[in-house]
Parts: sequence; C-alpha cells; structure tokens
Amino acid sequence: MEKHLLTIDNLKVNFKTYGGEVQAVRGVSFHVDKGETLAIVGESGCGKSVTAQAIMGLIPNPPGRIVDGKIVFEGSDITHLTKKEWMQIRGSKIGMVFQDPMTALNPTMKVGTQIVEGFIRNHQVTREEAQKRAIEMLRLVGIPDPEKRVDQYPHQFSGGMRQRVVIAIALACQPQLVIADEPTTALDVTIQAQILDLLRRLQEEQELSVVIITHDLGVVSEIAHRMVVMYAGIVVETGTVEDVFAAPRHPYTWGLMRSLPRIDGEEKQRLVPIDGTPPDLFNPPKGCPFAARCDYAMEICNQQMPEISTFEPGHQAACWLHDPRAPRIEELVAAGRQGE
Amino acid sequence: MSHYLVKRVLMMLLTLWIIVTLTFSLMHAIPGDPFASESDQLPEQILANLRAKYNLDEPLPVQYVLYLKNLVMLDLGPSIKSDTRGVNDMIADGFSASATLGAQAIVIAIFFGITFGIIAALNRNKWLDYAAMAIAVLGIAIPSFIMAPLLINFFAIKFPIFPVATWGTWMHTVLPSLALAFGPLAIITRYMRASMIEVMNQNYIRTAEAKGVPTLALVVKHGIRNAILPVVTFLGPLIASLITGTFVVEKIFAVPGIGKYFVDGIFNRDYPVILGTTIFYSSILIVTIFLIDLAYTLIDPRIKLTNKEG
Amino acid sequence: MAMEQRIDPLFRPLSKQSEAHDISMRPSLTNVQQVVRKLVKNKLAMLGLAIILLLVVMAIIGPHLVPYSASDQSLLTKNKPVSAEHWFGTDDLGRDMFARTWAGARISLTIGVVAALIDLIIGVTVGGIAGYMAGRGKRGERIDTIIMRVIEVLYGLPYLLVVILLMVVMEPGMLTIIIALSATGWTGMARLVRGQILQLKNQEFILASQVLGAKFSRILFKHLIPNTIGVIIVNLTFTIPSAIFAESFLSFLGLGVQAPDASWGTMTNDAMGVILTGDWWRLFFPGLMISLTMFAFNVFGDGLQDALDPRLRE
Repeated sequence: MEKHLLTIDNLKVNFKTYGGEVQAVRGVSFHVDKGETLAIVGESGCGKSVTAQAIMGLIPNPPGRIVDGKIVFEGSDITHLTKKEWMQIRGSKIGMVFQDPMTALNPTMKVGTQIVEGFIRNHQVTREEAQKRAIEMLRLVGIPDPEKRVDQYPHQFSGGMRQRVVIAIALACQPQLVIADEPTTALDVTIQAQILDLLRRLQEEQELSVVIITHDLGVVSEIAHRMVVMYAGIVVETGTVEDVFAAPRHPYTWGLMRSLPRIDGEEKQRLVPIDGTPPDLFNPPKGCPFAARCDYAMEICNQQMPEISTFEPGHQAACWLHDPRAPRIEELVAAGRQGE
Repeated sequence: MSHYLVKRVLMMLLTLWIIVTLTFSLMHAIPGDPFASESDQLPEQILANLRAKYNLDEPLPVQYVLYLKNLVMLDLGPSIKSDTRGVNDMIADGFSASATLGAQAIVIAIFFGITFGIIAALNRNKWLDYAAMAIAVLGIAIPSFIMAPLLINFFAIKFPIFPVATWGTWMHTVLPSLALAFGPLAIITRYMRASMIEVMNQNYIRTAEAKGVPTLALVVKHGIRNAILPVVTFLGPLIASLITGTFVVEKIFAVPGIGKYFVDGIFNRDYPVILGTTIFYSSILIVTIFLIDLAYTLIDPRIKLTNKEG
Repeated sequence: MAMEQRIDPLFRPLSKQSEAHDISMRPSLTNVQQVVRKLVKNKLAMLGLAIILLLVVMAIIGPHLVPYSASDQSLLTKNKPVSAEHWFGTDDLGRDMFARTWAGARISLTIGVVAALIDLIIGVTVGGIAGYMAGRGKRGERIDTIIMRVIEVLYGLPYLLVVILLMVVMEPGMLTIIIALSATGWTGMARLVRGQILQLKNQEFILASQVLGAKFSRILFKHLIPNTIGVIIVNLTFTIPSAIFAESFLSFLGLGVQAPDASWGTMTNDAMGVILTGDWWRLFFPGLMISLTMFAFNVFGDGLQDALDPRLRE
C-alpha cells in the first residue's frame, strides 16, 4: 500500500501570533518516491518552508502547530512524535540542508565534529573511526584536502564550501530522505551550479530522495524530477518537471514561467511580473487565493476552493478554468482585455 | 601573535605609569604638608627630621624620581601615620583576607550569574525567568554598602546564622562575599541571559536540532559554548567594580584586608598609603584584564586565526 | 462579446479585482512614533519612568510637605521611629528624616544629572570630532588616533579609583564632586558616539546622499545625528544612576558632600553606626531611595534600548 517514501496528506499548520492565528499551510498533499527529487516551488510566504519544517517536526511549538493532516514516512505516521522519537529519525532517516551557509554552522566547533556529531550518537565508534568518517564525508561532498580541513573551523571556509559541509552534515548518517530548503539562494550563480551538480551526483550515487525547496525555476529544471507549485498555503499544481514546463495548467504557474527570461525567446522580451501581492493569511479568502491577481478569474473563484483536475498521469492543477462549465481561455483573455 | 602581546604589555606599562604619575601629582598638589596637623604638637626639629625622612624637603621632580626608583624595586615606601609598618607591610598583611574575599566573590558571581542567566534564557517569560531577572534587578539597584547592612540584619541578627563581622572562620567569609558578589552577579546574569537568547536563535542551533542532537547537548555544546564568549569580554570591568567594592565591604564587615588600610589612609590623608595601595590595585586590575583578554583569544577560534595571520 | 452558449453565472469572468484580501496596508509610523509606541508598551520601563518622575516631584515639593526643615535639630526628638509626626522618623540629632530625605534627593539627583550631562557634552564633542575626522585624510586619521589613544588609556583607569583620588585632593563639595565624576566619565560616551558615527559613515545611505550631492553638514544633521541621538540618550539613562552611585560611594568614604548638606550617600553613611542597634529607618529610607533611583533608571534605560533596537522593529 505505501509505495511512496514520504506522503503528505492534507497538511494544515497554523501559527499563533500577536495579530491572530496565521494559516500558513492550508491542506497540502504530495508524495516523494525513493530515488527521486521533488521540488517545492513558490514565492516567499507560500508555506513551502513551513511544510519542510513540518516534515522534520521542527515547527516551533509554541507558536506553531499541525492542526490537521498526516505525514507518513516509510509507512509510519510521523505527524505527532515525541522528542525522543524524533531523535531516532532526524539525521539518520531524514536529513536537512538549510538556507544560509554562513550562519548554519556552529562557529566554535570544528567542522569534523559537527559532521559526525549525529553519527557518534547512533553508532558506537572510536574517535579514530569517527574522524575517518568525517574525512570521508568531506571527500564525498567534494572538499579538497579533507584531512586538513576536518579540524578547521567554519570561518575558515568560503560560502560554497560551507554549504558543502552542511550537505555533509545532512548525509552523515545516510538518511533516506534529504530536505534542502533553498540550498543555493545565498550563493553565487557559479557556486550554485556546483552545489546542484553535487546534489544530483549524490542522489544518483546514494539513491537518495530529495525534496528541494526553491523559488527559482531554473534550479527546478536543473535538478528536479517532479515539482509541486505552492501558493498562499495550498498546492496549485503538481507534475513531472517536463509536463509542467511544457504545459503548465495553472495561471500562477503561467505567471511564474512568463516572468522568466528565455534564452530561446525573441530578441525583445519583456519580463512580465505578476501584479499584486499574496493574500493575508490571517483571514484567507474562502475561494482560490490567487483569484485577486489572476487575469482569468471568475465569480466562482472567489466563492469556492477550486477542485483538482488531472491531465497527464501525475499532472494535476487546482483551478476552476479546467471545470467543464468554464468558458474557454481565449474568451476569458478577451474579457480581461476589455477592462484594460 | 607576539606583535600583539608586545603591544599589549607596552600599553599596560604606559597605563600604569600614567596612574603612578597622576596619583603622585595629585597627592603632592595639595598645599601644605601632611604633617600640618601635627605641627603644633611636635617640636620643629622633629618635624624637620620627619620631612627629611620622607624626602619632603627635596624638590618635587626629585621626589618623583626617587619614588619611581623605589617603585621599580617594588618598594612602596613608608606610611606617614604609622611608624611601625610601611605600605608594603600593610599590603602583605591585608592580602590574604582581601584575596580570599575577592576570589570567593568572583566565583559566586560567575558561577551563579552564568547559571541564572542560562536558566532565565531557557525559560523565557516563565516564572524562572522572572525570578532570575528579579534577582538581577535587585543586584543592580542595591549598592553593596546597602546590601551589606541588609545581609547583616537578616542573616546575622534576625536569624543568627552567620557571625556579624570580623574575620576568622569560613562562616565569617560568607556574608561579606555575598555582599560583594551581588552586584557583579546581577550584571553577569543579565548579560548571560541576553547572550544565550541570541545564540539559541541562531541558525546553527536549527542545524543541530535537525540532525537529531538531544536538547541537553544542544544547550551545552552549541548554546553555552557560544553564549559565554561575550560574557568573558565583560569580566574585566567587572573585576574593577569588584575591587572598589572591597573597600566598602571590608569596612562594614571589619575584614582585615587591604581595603581597610586604603580607606583608613583616605580618612587620615596618609598619602603614601593612598598612593601605594592605588598602584597595587591598579596593577592587579591591569594584569587581570590583560590575562582575560589573552584567555579570550585562546577560547574563541575565530580570534586565534586572525592573530596568527596578523 | 456575444456568447453562443449560456454561461453559468458562477463562471462569469471578473474584471481586475480590488485588493480585498491583500495584506492590510498598515499606516507606517515615523521612527519616533514607532519607538515611543514600543516603549510605552513596556510596562516595566514605564514603571521606571513613573518612579523617576515621582522622585523628581518629591525632590521639589517633598521638604515643603512637612513643617520641619532638613536641618532643624532637636534633642527632644532624637532617634524617633516612624510615626504620624515624623513619617520617616528622626535621626540622631533630632532632624526629621522625611525632610532630609527629600532635601538629599535634590542634592543626589542634581549631582547625578549634572555630572551625566557634562559627560554627555564632553563625550559627544570628543567622540564626534574623532568620528568625523577619521577618514578625512591623513591629518584627520592622526587626530582620531590620538583621541582614541587618550580615551583608551583613560578608559583603562579604574573609574572609581580615579574619582576617589580626585576627591582626596580637592575639598569635597557639590561642585568638586561633579568635576571628579565627569573628569573621566565622558570616555564611555565618547567611545559610543565615535563608534556610532564610524558605523554610520560606512553605511550606504551616506554614500548615496554624497553621490546625490549633499553637503557634509547636511549629512551630519539629517542623518548622522538623529541616528546617534538614540545611542546618546540610552547612554545618558545609564550614566545618571552610575553617577548617583558613585556619589553615594564617595559619601560612604567620607568624601561626599559635607554637613550640613546631606545627600542620600551621606545619610546612609551616618546610619552605618546604628545598623546593629535597630534604628532601621535611618538606613532604610536613603537606601531605598538610592535603590529605587538605580532601579528606575536602569529599567527605563533598558526599555529605551529595546525600543530603539532596529532589529526588534515590527
């Protein structure tokens, strides 16, 4: 029955704040299989990072809590585990790579120690064996001269190197799943390419499953097999990267694709941003959250959450435009233009 | 590294020299001579002898050089009011009591200050936090010369647990050490709390949590280790206030320490004593600050490297 | 736009929407308003402010609230405890403690505030010059370095020791105490101001205004100073209690204001002799006042610091 490595089923996460309760994640569902890379794409505040934290049980409580839904990993329900149970999973079954390499490492601890800290905890090893493992990991992530580097401190590494160390830490206990939260956002483009190469290589060699969170479609196309597009706490489109890039089915995805410069495009392109701002998640709209910014919005979009339509196997989108009762797109576009 | 060391040592000597010169000038800036109060009691000849003994009849620059000469040989000179003991004797006399008092106070302040600070930080906005902060506020608001009588009143008179004053057994040292430690303890608590809170919010704590590090190790190995660094830099000024605190505490509790001699020297306008003890205290302070700074460069791995390269 | 089929009304297209569900546009407050709002929310800080104001008011009107003066002696009323006639009791010369406490308040508070203000003036000037000069050519660098060296050395001297020494030399009195307190006390402020100016100078908005052609004086007044004022004020709220503490400390060593003037410090000192015999009110009231002052200024200063911290802005 459980053929997926990780299943998220209708996850809902709320945060209590001074201004009220924020519904950060409002019914998100997707799955990840063994050996594949899934990208979660969306803009800031869409709930992708919170989803990632939820998978690891890292939602700070207070103020946050999972109010509904299930997370199933390797067949077991990990939605509400105790701290002790989490320690069995974190590091050894699921690893996490964080966004900012400059602050993700303990400045007063040697890099080698940080890498094998979890490893030592889970296995009985001698100091030498642990050291050997740390050196191995450094070598694995492509850090030159690992024997010397293993005893150095984070400030002696550059940004790209530090991110490699962070990846080494995530992989040290050979987890089945690695969640990478914007791993390349803080890095230069050239370093970014190196890190993505590394992730891809590691995934193939170690048969890892990777969930990569990003707002950058370029990263998605580089490294992901499947993708999930999130907006304002819900999933608006899911599918393989090829399917979605070839034929996106949600207006938000259209907007994302349109705002990218294309290398094969015409000479004079205009970058078309998506007008407007995301909705207020204290009081989310009862209909589709994208309706306010959507060029093709209809009455029903404000009234009800769209139902999910399936296109190719695995390719789904949540949009009223695909309901048989909706007028065809060209007519909507014409209607929209009338208002201009 | 050695370049840095040499620079620091030179600065130390310079500061010390300035203190000596400053104090010397101040002491001799007062018109008249220290024996003025006794001029009607003693015959002129004896007064003249006294003045000669203390080199007071020499011109000022000469007195200065003589003083410096003696200083280099660690001779702080005789006291004016006391015939039997020189300043060196007084310091030697009072040293053990003052040192014990100071050491105990530092240990209390550091140990409890850091502990309360950590407890407060980890239990933010709960009652433990408020309790620790309340203690801190009391310690900062209530000066030692008020805390001391309070402690005496409660713990020596109302509930006669400890002896009221003087020095002797370990029990005698408790109240004075507490009175002295309270202020620094309060400051350390606040500092440590703030530092700990800031550290626990850092991203590397998230990283450690995500790899399954248990809470205790998280707090100790990742939290405290980083939080303690800024507090160490603060120890220097703290020692300074501790030293000035000893004057008060030693006086109130009748502790036979150097502070007693210092305070008496002030009352009696016994200038060599004032001068000598000031230099003594300042030296200790400056050397201690230097050692603390040195220790800091050894603890913080980020500083080590800069020194190696620089 | 004629349609052949009838469209379900729910599926009728909408024109571009209004921003009904957009993140509410909160009116943005000016910096000062934000800071004040934050400060007011901090109940502890407000308590501190209230205490400060209360103390100041009482210092002004306190002595007038009772029929005695601070220096009327009367052997008949020696050492009387707290009573209806003497709200704070009397001291060993029969003087009313209530009147004395508030007369002492005037002296202690005045010394504290004046010394702190002098620290501020000297410190801001020196620190400002140093900060301004740094980076304005070789001559400027040298001036800055000299000033910094001087500050470093002065900073290395134990503050209270220097104050004590100065007082030993000068005749104790309100003026000399103030001089002694501010002689080296300004170094803290100078360092802060210089540091702040250096930090601000390097920030990009200064560069931006220079690029846009603003004169340095304009930059100074419109940008550097408003940003530094916060730091200055916070430092002020901490130097005042430090000065009051130092003054009480001096009095305790006999180097404070002389009789018949009495500050809280001298009153505490006078009371030392009787702490064992139980005339608790002699020590309690001046001690309480000193502690309250320290507490109030510290807590208010903390609140001010938190309110000004840009990282905590909402």
